[in-house]
Amino acid sequence: MPELIAKPSLDGQGPLTLVGTTLAPVSLGPITSIAPFPGQIKAADKAFKPLGLTFPAPGTTAAKGAARMVWTGPDQAFLIGTEPPALAGIAAITDQSGGWSALRLSGPRSADVLARLCPVDFRPSSFKSGQSARAQLGHMNAVFWVEDDAIMILTFRSMAQTAWDECAHALTALAARASLGA
Amino acid sequence: MRLNCPLCGPRDRREFYYFGSEDYLNRPAPDALEEAWDEHLHLRANPAGITKDLWYHEGGCSSWLLVTRSTVTHEVHSVERVADRNGAQS
Repeated sequence: MPELIAKPSLDGQGPLTLVGTTLAPVSLGPITSIAPFPGQIKAADKAFKPLGLTFPAPGTTAAKGAARMVWTGPDQAFLIGTEPPALAGIAAITDQSGGWSALRLSGPRSADVLARLCPVDFRPSSFKSGQSARAQLGHMNAVFWVEDDAIMILTFRSMAQTAWDECAHALTALAARASLGA
Repeated sequence: MRLNCPLCGPRDRREFYYFGSEDYLNRPAPDALEEAWDEHLHLRANPAGITKDLWYHEGGCSSWLLVTRSTVTHEVHSVERVADRNGAQS
């Protein structure tokens, strides 16, 4: 069998820090889509109990250590950072690890960066820890959630560079305005 | 214009794709008369007032939504998920 080498989606890209706000590529480990069959959410909750997780309600996340479940759509969540438990007959599971690219946006101007790209209010007053959202980043579909006061952004891996450029451009423009006292 | 998605909350219009009248939900029987199919596919009311139409939450949770709104006041009265309606198959 050929040995495949896993490469990060933004290989060699370092973090960008401006006006106290940091944009950084992150590696999340395994990502698995969990889609419970009709009426199986309770059974899924039970299966996730040993991991300390539950199947998240719409717009929420569940976290325990490095493992987290992020709601990504009707009857669908992503299990991130750990391998899934046995879910035969309970849920459809798909390995999504190589399909997504993650960015972490932290610092006081994070919400202002996203305000330039996304029609959702990401200020801490309305987008809190434990919340997730599916929304658009520019013209890309993305998944957002809050983790340790940072906003996590998940986009399709094929659009990783575009997502980085959009966010980096917004942060740079924000810093330029700040330098003028605006 | 904002639509209050039952799953995602109030969201900007740019996240939604307009599909058309709710007539598309009421499909005639396969053996219905040609007139019924013609009406289903092509004939639409153009009301001044309450209208119901289908929107797709493309930039959000990917739900099909049934939106009740007024073409006169632009008020949005209700937004429900098609999948949550009685008789919907999940």
